[in-house]
Amino acid sequence: MSVTDSDELAAATPAAAAATPVTMAAKVRPGREALWFARRNRKLVLGLGVVLVFLAVAVAGPLVNSHGPNEYVGPPSQRPSAAFWFGTTMFGQDVFAQFAHGLRATFLVGLLGGGLAALVGMLVGFTAGWRGGAVDEVLNMLTNVVLVIPTLAVLLIIATYLRVRGVVPEAIFIGLFSWPWVARAIRAQTFSLRTRDFVDLARLSGAGGARIVFREIAPNMSSYLFMTFILLFGGSVLTAATLDFIGLGPTDGMSLGLMMNNAVLWSALPLGMWWWFVPPGLGITLIVGSLYIMNVGLDEVFNPKLREL
Amino acid sequence: MRQYFQRKLGIYVLTFFVAVTVDWMIPRFMPGDPVQTMLARASLRPEASQAMQAYYTGVFGLDVPIWRQYLNFWGALLQGDLGVSIWLFPQPVTSVILRAIPYTIALLVPAILLSWWAGNKFGAYAARRRWLDNTVLPVGYVFTATPYMWLGILLAWALATVAGIFPIAGGYSFDVEPSFTPAFVGNLAWHWFLPFASLFLVGFGGWAIGMRNLIIYELEADYCHYLESLGAPRRLVRRYAFRNALLPQLTGLALQLGVLVAGALVTEIVFSYPGLGYLILQAINNQDFFLIQGAFLFIILGVLAANFAVDVVYVMVDPRTRVGMRGAT
Amino acid sequence: MSLRVDNLKVWYRTLRGEVRALDGVSFSVADGELVGLAGESGCGKSTLGKSLIRLDGRMRHVDGQVELDGKELPIWDSERMQGFRFKEVSLIPQYAMSAMNPTRKVGRLVTELLESRGERPAAVHDELLRRLELVGLEAEVLDRYPIELSGGMKQRMVMVISTLLNPSLLVADEVTSALDVSTQKAVAETLVELRDRNVVKSTILITHDLSLVYQIADAIIVMYAGRLAERAPTDALVETPRHPYTRMLLAALPEVGVRFADRRLEGIGGSPPSLLDPPTGCRFRDRCPLAVARCAEQPPFVEVAPDHFVACWKAS
Repeated sequence: MSVTDSDELAAATPAAAAATPVTMAAKVRPGREALWFARRNRKLVLGLGVVLVFLAVAVAGPLVNSHGPNEYVGPPSQRPSAAFWFGTTMFGQDVFAQFAHGLRATFLVGLLGGGLAALVGMLVGFTAGWRGGAVDEVLNMLTNVVLVIPTLAVLLIIATYLRVRGVVPEAIFIGLFSWPWVARAIRAQTFSLRTRDFVDLARLSGAGGARIVFREIAPNMSSYLFMTFILLFGGSVLTAATLDFIGLGPTDGMSLGLMMNNAVLWSALPLGMWWWFVPPGLGITLIVGSLYIMNVGLDEVFNPKLREL
Repeated sequence: MRQYFQRKLGIYVLTFFVAVTVDWMIPRFMPGDPVQTMLARASLRPEASQAMQAYYTGVFGLDVPIWRQYLNFWGALLQGDLGVSIWLFPQPVTSVILRAIPYTIALLVPAILLSWWAGNKFGAYAARRRWLDNTVLPVGYVFTATPYMWLGILLAWALATVAGIFPIAGGYSFDVEPSFTPAFVGNLAWHWFLPFASLFLVGFGGWAIGMRNLIIYELEADYCHYLESLGAPRRLVRRYAFRNALLPQLTGLALQLGVLVAGALVTEIVFSYPGLGYLILQAINNQDFFLIQGAFLFIILGVLAANFAVDVVYVMVDPRTRVGMRGAT
Repeated sequence: MSLRVDNLKVWYRTLRGEVRALDGVSFSVADGELVGLAGESGCGKSTLGKSLIRLDGRMRHVDGQVELDGKELPIWDSERMQGFRFKEVSLIPQYAMSAMNPTRKVGRLVTELLESRGERPAAVHDELLRRLELVGLEAEVLDRYPIELSGGMKQRMVMVISTLLNPSLLVADEVTSALDVSTQKAVAETLVELRDRNVVKSTILITHDLSLVYQIADAIIVMYAGRLAERAPTDALVETPRHPYTRMLLAALPEVGVRFADRRLEGIGGSPPSLLDPPTGCRFRDRCPLAVARCAEQPPFVEVAPDHFVACWKAS
């Protein structure tokens, strides 16, 4: 997984940088300009499109289907057909219904887990970068410890002892352990932005630390923060799928990882019941993959240096 | 340099402490009497129950103050005593785990090393050719977005069930006796291949993409421009850029270790490969908490050791960590 | 003639159009001459320096010829330029501090560079040691990593590397901009020394610091907005500047011993024109106190005194 860093918007050429706006052609506002490029960026549009399609299935799917994911509604081990788009499981459950419900859990976990990790990462990163000194040292130590601990191992221990588990707690746990790289990157950026002139200006006008961070520094990095959130979203989805697959996911409800768990558990592999295990994995792969590609596109939109000339 | 290692070791020791403490703490913060809850949830035979009580009175020992419990836990840990397995009673946890570890290591080490090396080489190569870059990039992103277990499932289904080339489960065939014969080793390798390939492919995608991005950035560095101005051929510049781009990839390897280990664990589950991952699954299904706790500690130890190994290698390859400023004139 | 540039035009491709960074530049540099190329940011001097060595991705050669020692210098053909780079034309970059690979020992970098250019490092080794001594570096510097050297040492090392194969033309691009005054002096003196010892034949020193270039250059070229304004022997330029821009530049220089109360510094009002869509005629027209109607037509770069060229209707 590569973490792209954000550079400042640089002038296109040295000569153009020196040229004054006096005789420049139509001056475009940065926000509008970004949108213009965004609409034309194939990766961004395609990636976003795929994600939205899956989101639509997650929202609309369970509404269309009248039965729940775990109900026994048809003959067991059926291949995909007009009646059951994704076939049935070994017990006669509708795979498509499971898939649609599972997608809901996927998006929820991605949103909550990714969002929480982003928040914590920003909090730790901005604080460490802005304050420096002893605060920075302590936060650094914390970051390093959480960074080194393998997420799955800790979640393993926690989830084992919990009698009842839900999607929200799962998302929270994932969020609480995925933030270290974000904190590090934000801290580094904050350090470098801290010495800039506009920050000094803000300080001179009497703004306090938190205000400066929120009103001056963070907006400067807004594109990077957004891209970070997307990466965290994808990461959360993958981690949750892994946890669910081991059997430590939510005890009620359906998830894509759980589908794969069941499939493997009930010998779908040797029996060749591909319609049971291909859709959930494919769904995750396509969603996360599209998010990554979207991210590359976003990087190109926000960072003029990467745009093709 | 000494300072660098001191700091790193400090973090690892601290992390180990935190991990062990978390491991010890979690059961105690669950509502109810931890010992009884655990024993009740595990379906135990009477003789097992007795032994459990004995071990856990020592560790959880409600007659002993909490700090004493903590110290006892540490004491047992440092003697290599991780308790007795509930599910495989009366085997001690340590020996059960040690039987499974070689399989996991046999998967992890080659997969990590090969996918890192091959992925980086390929990523650098792909960055050179436009058409390759345009096809490789999306494929790489898809691979790195693939959950480890799903790729394992796909490979198992395609190459084992459908094509029948490889076995679908196990460390070695059921009808074969373990021995040091080439036939047995071959059988081992035959079973090993699919899980290894699965781990390799996902990792490969990630490293290839990472290197491709890094090398494009690196080729814009000042030293590359300077060499080009002096007429140095592309291959010299590329060689320097590649070697320098490997450094952040090495750091990235250390950061990814947790993810890679998790990947290996779930891949084992798919293939019922008798390593640590499969062991954990069975422990979960059989509610064997001591085995799970033991596995957790082993994983932590392994990851910390691997992190340290990467740190050592990094110091050897990046001269900037070894030398500071000397005698300025 | 060592170097002859004839109506050189190099433009930059950008999203907004083409920036005419170099728009018809003609001059020559004689054997053994150290010429300073001065002008403000964005006037095209760096582009000129870069064009002589390596056109980067965005630069486009539009028109003009370059001749070095009687041979044509094919700057638009990067492949053919390979033969000239380092051996006939060399560059001391602006970014000397980060010009060396940080993970290679300096000596090894030099060896690998020489080998890749088809030279035998052993044959050059003695000369390398002599050059190090020339700039005041110890031989053991070759066994160090760049991070172990100070800024001044790195600058000097880069100078040694760039001139190792005795190029005919040396382009020094803003080599003193990032240095403190005493190091600036050392670097400037080294450039003169390299020329005096015949290590390099001709040197073009690109800078925005007129006062520095005055100390060491034989002649000075002043550029403005992609075109040449004036070219003259150093003393002539400083004592009798003909172009209004040059005059105003010189007037803007602070003088040691003169206080603000006695004489105010005069700046040049306004800013340079956009090179995306440059105005016709003399580009200094908008800021020039002597501008007349005729200046709507581009003045030619003509010789008004021995070896003294100006592009101004009022001067010729």
